[in-house]
Amino acid sequence: MDAFTTHTGTALPLRRSNVDTDQIIPAVYLKRVTRTGFEDGLFGAWRVDPDFVLNRPEHQEASILLAGPDFGTGSSREHAVWALMDHGFRVVLSSRFADIFRGNSGKAGLLAAQVDQSVIDRLWTIVEADPTTSITVDLEAREVRAEDLFAPFVIDDYTRHRLLNGLDDIAVTLDDESSIVDFEARRPAWKPVTQ
Amino acid sequence: MGRTLAEKVWDEHVVRSAPPAPDLLYVDMHLIHEVTSPQAFDGLRLAGRRVRRPDLTLATEDHNVPTVDAHLPIADPVSRTQVETLRKNAAEFGIRLHPLGDVEQGIVHVVGPQLGLTQPGMTIVCGDSHTSTHGAFGALAFGIGTSEVEHVLATQTLPQARPKTMAVTVNGTLSDGVTAKDLILALISRTGTGGGQGYVVEYRGTAIEALSMEGRMTVCNMSIEWGAKAGMIAPDQTTFDYIEGRPEAPKGADWDAAVEYWKTLVTDEDAGFDKEVVIDASEVTPFVTWGTNPGQGVPLSDAVPSPDDFADESDRVAAQKALEYMDLTPGTPMRQVEVDTVFVGSCTNGRIEDLRLAAEVLRGRTVADNTRLLVVPGSVRVRLEAEAEGLHEVFTAAGAEWRGAGCSMCLGMNPDQLEPGERSASTSNRNFEGRQGKGGRTHLVSVPVAAATAVAGHLASPADLPPVA
Repeated sequence: MDAFTTHTGTALPLRRSNVDTDQIIPAVYLKRVTRTGFEDGLFGAWRVDPDFVLNRPEHQEASILLAGPDFGTGSSREHAVWALMDHGFRVVLSSRFADIFRGNSGKAGLLAAQVDQSVIDRLWTIVEADPTTSITVDLEAREVRAEDLFAPFVIDDYTRHRLLNGLDDIAVTLDDESSIVDFEARRPAWKPVTQ
Repeated sequence: MGRTLAEKVWDEHVVRSAPPAPDLLYVDMHLIHEVTSPQAFDGLRLAGRRVRRPDLTLATEDHNVPTVDAHLPIADPVSRTQVETLRKNAAEFGIRLHPLGDVEQGIVHVVGPQLGLTQPGMTIVCGDSHTSTHGAFGALAFGIGTSEVEHVLATQTLPQARPKTMAVTVNGTLSDGVTAKDLILALISRTGTGGGQGYVVEYRGTAIEALSMEGRMTVCNMSIEWGAKAGMIAPDQTTFDYIEGRPEAPKGADWDAAVEYWKTLVTDEDAGFDKEVVIDASEVTPFVTWGTNPGQGVPLSDAVPSPDDFADESDRVAAQKALEYMDLTPGTPMRQVEVDTVFVGSCTNGRIEDLRLAAEVLRGRTVADNTRLLVVPGSVRVRLEAEAEGLHEVFTAAGAEWRGAGCSMCLGMNPDQLEPGERSASTSNRNFEGRQGKGGRTHLVSVPVAAATAVAGHLASPADLPPVA
């Protein structure tokens, strides 16, 4: 995974709450066995509307998604994160993320940064007034900056540490394989096995 | 200070604890299906890693599989490739797979419990959000993403932040005709889709204790629909009786040792929860959704709400959008909402007890004109059991379609989908826009309401139907 320290770009205002992962990428796009190439499925059903915000010419370069509360609810599909990243998003800001979506983002390298809804409201207003507004998301400082707005965001320490250093989670775990071996030696013999 | 059920199971699985890093948890059982695993296996191959514990891993085909003509090759080439990829990966990495055509094939969350692989006190994960189902046995079970699937394959562990705990206490008794599904839908309408976020929830109280294992699985299954990390129910005699004698259940002295341990898996009297919710079961009535998330529900006896009924601005906007999508007018009695399709099945309500409930309503009755009823068993075993009891004859006599096992119309990855504008009453778990097919409209309901709706042609409970002649 590439390291993430700070990102500056333009934003896409998505004025909806409860955007579930079926909306981010409908199930019909999940049949592929690759990890990339999901860009065409992003907001697949909403995108057929030419007025949908993702289709607007002024937001074509957006790399920061400004989402409503309860973003990423429902299905565990990591394809939702991949589709956002394949489209060019590096950051999602929301006042509340579903747990699995947030976890998937941290693993795949998409920054899911939690801010107060008042911050989202202000950013929506700023970006709708001027879509070219440059927004900076600083993971080191845990801060979002746009025009005169400086707002802190919340992210757990471990995910921040991993993103800042671009760490491979599995390698980190396997570095201490002996503790897994020790644990396995203590497991009760009657626990079920599949073979 | 005592510990909650969730804390006991958590503590038992901590491989390494080194704050501020999250705990490293051991995974007792890793369930796999075709949709969320191929990229994880690719990751292993790229890094030259093996599957650490194939013997703690089980794969089945469920999301993509057709529910008719199971003996034929899968018609959709992309679905077929995905299923074939799972077969190839299972063979290469030495994982037990129950493929289409196998007697143990079915929805992953139906197969685990029915094999006896789901047991109290275990940690169980799967690349599927409805893994919370297994919490009905007092297991700590939750859905994970594909990167985490790869992590579990490689290490049999997961780094996890310790969640908060919540108790949902359901006192009293559910009325006749009111099911576990109504209870969980009523709860979610109260909490909203984010109310459980960050919590492992323990469902307890007399109404929970009175539920069968099937009912408990229905409740825990939908924990994710209100955002909870997991749902759990303390194991008791009902749990032990369900597990005993199943193919993978402990036997002999192992059984005794297991039960002795399982009996310790209760929340201590002096343990504290971070949050508590109390519900009176006697107030719960048949419940249906009107909107596009599982929290947008009302009693069947109510009417479609108006956006103005919601105090919160974002709830009001969400209601407005949902009503437009659902093509519903505020004030319309829910019982007047006509449906085209009824779906009985899924990991929420596709078990034998669910099919018995459906058959009870359908016996001697017929499905309404212009309505189709799909009955999709959760597994091949459920299908065989239903056929042994003659339930399939009740379904087909009523005019229903009796199908093979799989996820089917719950998410429409296979050909079982709604057409644009079609409306369903569904025993599944999600009424998201387009969930059951692009442009389809879904009302989540219990099994008895689904069956009665199929007969009436509009949302109805069995009590609304004229008696069988």
